[in-house]
Amino acid sequence: MIGADIAIILPEIALAIFAMAALIFGVYTSKDESAPFLTWLTAAVFAALAIWIGLTGSGINVAFGGMFVDDSFARFAKVVILLSAAAILLMSRDHMAKLGILKFEYPILIALSVVGMMMMVSAGDLMALYMGLELQSLSLYVVASLHRDDAKSTEAGLKYFVLGALSSGMLLYGSSLVYGFAGTTGFAGIIEAATAIDGHMPIGLLIGLVFLIAGLAFKVSAAPFHMWTPDVYEGSPTPVTAFFATAPKVAAMGLFARVVHDAFGGAVGDWQQILALLAVISMFLGSIAAIGQSDIKRLMAYSSIAHMGFALMGLAAGTALGVQAMLIYMSIYVTMNIGAFAFIVTMERDGEAVSDIRGLSMLSRRDPTKALALLVIFFSLAGVPPLVGFFGKFYVLNAAVDAGLGWLAVAGVIASVIGAFYYIRIVYFMYFGNAEDAAETQMGPVQWGLLMASAVILVVGIANLFGIEGAALAAAETLVLR
Amino acid sequence: MDNLLSIITFLPLVAAIILALFLRGDDEAAQKNAKWLALIATSATFVLSLFVLTGFDSADPGFQFVEEHPWLLGLTYKMGVDGISILFVMLTTFLMPLVIAACWEVTARVKEYMVALLILETLMLGVFCALDLVLFYVFFEAGLIPMFLIIGIWGGKDRIYAAFKFFLYTFLGSVLMLVAMIAMYVDAGTTDIPFLLTHQFGTETISIAGIHIVGGLQMLLWIAFFASFAVKMPMWPVHTWLPDAHVQAPTAGSVVLAAILLKMGGYGFLRFSLPMFPVASDLAGPFVLWLSAIAIVYTSLVALAQSDMKKLIAYSSVAHMGYVTMGIFAANQQGVDGAIFQMLSHGFISGALFLCVGVIYDRMHTREIDAYGGLVNRMPAYATIFMLFTMANVGLPGTSGFIGEFLTLMGVFQVNTWVAVVATTGVILSAAYALWLYRRVVMGDLIKESLKSITDMTTREKAIFAPLIFFTIFLGVYPAPVLDVIGPSVENLVVGYQLAVAEFEPLTQLAEGGR
Repeated sequence: MIGADIAIILPEIALAIFAMAALIFGVYTSKDESAPFLTWLTAAVFAALAIWIGLTGSGINVAFGGMFVDDSFARFAKVVILLSAAAILLMSRDHMAKLGILKFEYPILIALSVVGMMMMVSAGDLMALYMGLELQSLSLYVVASLHRDDAKSTEAGLKYFVLGALSSGMLLYGSSLVYGFAGTTGFAGIIEAATAIDGHMPIGLLIGLVFLIAGLAFKVSAAPFHMWTPDVYEGSPTPVTAFFATAPKVAAMGLFARVVHDAFGGAVGDWQQILALLAVISMFLGSIAAIGQSDIKRLMAYSSIAHMGFALMGLAAGTALGVQAMLIYMSIYVTMNIGAFAFIVTMERDGEAVSDIRGLSMLSRRDPTKALALLVIFFSLAGVPPLVGFFGKFYVLNAAVDAGLGWLAVAGVIASVIGAFYYIRIVYFMYFGNAEDAAETQMGPVQWGLLMASAVILVVGIANLFGIEGAALAAAETLVLR
Repeated sequence: MDNLLSIITFLPLVAAIILALFLRGDDEAAQKNAKWLALIATSATFVLSLFVLTGFDSADPGFQFVEEHPWLLGLTYKMGVDGISILFVMLTTFLMPLVIAACWEVTARVKEYMVALLILETLMLGVFCALDLVLFYVFFEAGLIPMFLIIGIWGGKDRIYAAFKFFLYTFLGSVLMLVAMIAMYVDAGTTDIPFLLTHQFGTETISIAGIHIVGGLQMLLWIAFFASFAVKMPMWPVHTWLPDAHVQAPTAGSVVLAAILLKMGGYGFLRFSLPMFPVASDLAGPFVLWLSAIAIVYTSLVALAQSDMKKLIAYSSVAHMGYVTMGIFAANQQGVDGAIFQMLSHGFISGALFLCVGVIYDRMHTREIDAYGGLVNRMPAYATIFMLFTMANVGLPGTSGFIGEFLTLMGVFQVNTWVAVVATTGVILSAAYALWLYRRVVMGDLIKESLKSITDMTTREKAIFAPLIFFTIFLGVYPAPVLDVIGPSVENLVVGYQLAVAEFEPLTQLAEGGR
């Protein structure tokens, strides 16, 4: 029934066709002059797809013999991925144009990587998993080095590629072990093999799982597989950094949740410790290493490592509550990062883009509204109530304590205090610094709108989180209780 | 009016939003408008809170004016007051207009200052009204943001260090409480405070990594809450953030910090530690009593050695908070009554003392004790007022300070005589540092050139002190109105506490006998 299968995967196909068509259009018409238009168009397509998937999808649909799963978990993740990718595309136009790298390939590569991400969160088979992951990664390697005349940007792309290839290798090796011991690449078959011996898995499968997790941890930039993150974040053009910090993280987390629950769901005890350990190391490393950073992009890199640690804490709980917490955490994390990067892309001094923290000095005096919005965002990133960032942490901690991981929760809150230091240090620059090193920020209406929207969401969201709680719970339950 | 408490709590926030959105410009007229709006909003809040006080049935030990709405994750938005919390609400609403009036001369970023103070008032009121664990935590922690900004933007020379220390110290204290709250949620299945007050948390000894924890889950939860409230209180030896924060904060910030924010720690002990973890509180009681006794004596001695007026008063605050923790963990009617009374009275007295420092700081821009001397010659009204509050700080009979100290000492005496003996020496020491401060600043001849032209208090300044003077003396002479309101709730708390402890003791004896 190939027709039915196609119907299920239609959004991905539509986006892939759009990317191809845009490529042909770009090549045969005006090349880079069409880039602004294509950027807007791609963002519009993302938004349209998000609405389509969010409003029309229902139930659990499996296509291609279990390779592709469309359930409410995948839909939740896809909506977050598409919306954040659209927001990043919108904010990046001005900055890319200023650097002279607004090429028509940029939106197309982003679109292709988004196709990969959508495949990832829908993967029901190791093959589909790898396909999605590589489509995503290969597009991102290129985007990282888009500023090809800049040594740092090319370095970022190369580093990302080499280390990414290494992690893909580990992932593939793990997959082959899993295939060897389970006799199948389908998640439905693996889960049976994983619980074959009194609810535990054979040792070979376990080793395969460890390699799989190592590969995935690289993609979510969880410590100790995080080494690429600060350099790639710093070197890439700022809008690309913003993209790295948002959509791919959601996709990789979604994939992570898929693998541990769909393929190894019965054997929570076997992987819980690994995830808990990754979470602890990430939270502490992210929080401590960020303290010494003077470049805000590097700082955001470490901040994202720490946040991934928190998200992994939710996953480590191994329950529906945990997955729900992870999904809510990621949605909030993405919102905060969009707001923060909407500002960071506009930082400049004497016409040159800058990213050192001192550029924020005394922003409160020059532009109190923006400073207030950033204050909200950074306190929210630090997890200080009453802002929404606190509720993200609250859900995750609740899931961890509920699953008997009290020690992990205690470690998490201690790390968050350490992390609070560097977030409020930014507030310190904005409100009590000296104005000498200040950078200018000429914001377009799009960036301004995204910054303000993010800040407002973080304040108003405490009323009911805009109802994502229920959607995230439904998504988590389809994944865990299947 | 079912939602009177919400209206009171969020009225200052609404005023802050109006101020932030609609007030433009930073000229003198705009600054005046900001101050007037803030004053009107805080006064209106006070007037509304009087309705709560008059409608409050002090014979009922339960929660009143309760309102409840569902919130996220099975949490509820639940507000209410009982005999313990209502007076803290009143203290907050009463002091805030005075605080606003006290910063009438501020000219730097006035609009933001008023917004920060108004938001802070909302958060402080929320702490005392919240009847849901997480709601309480949200208000409790959120107060850090405006206070961080108040110290950091409008503070003194070393304000940045002080702001960071204040923020991180108190943040670290309270995140552990967050984990404990979540553990309570998982254990009891709800975050509803009235329900949790009746819930028994496990007391079976558990062992973690080979360490046997007597009191079990209750003890772990107690420790986490203690970490938070002890820092907030602050208790020795985690008090070191307070002198820094006080010294660097602007006058209004110091007043809010000393008079209201510190009370959150004591309120937390009364709301959570004592009634929810009675067994653990009983087991740790002697430890807390001795910490308090050390705090009283040690910080009084430290206060003696200070050369900065604000620092001296800050250390005296720590000493006075020692009486509060001592009274609370004596866990009898006199002790707890005394602790609450002491907190209210300290709210008036320490607030007034910081305002006294503010009065001369505004004129001379220094807080060094050595820079003053002989002020009585030029400022007779100031000398009188400062005298009164110095005496109240010492705990002179006839002032509210005496009642609080006396009741807590009486409560402790019944539980642990030695602690009472040590703590009583603190009364003498407080007389020493307070009177010595007064002598050095106010008395003697006016010989310093710079002071020759100093002017006495203006009518505005006198008007700020008038209500504080009234309450300090009135409650010192006739404390019954306060004790009547808190009495039934405290009795309820103490009886429940002793019941739970009595139930636990045979169990431990049984366990030891069986060994």
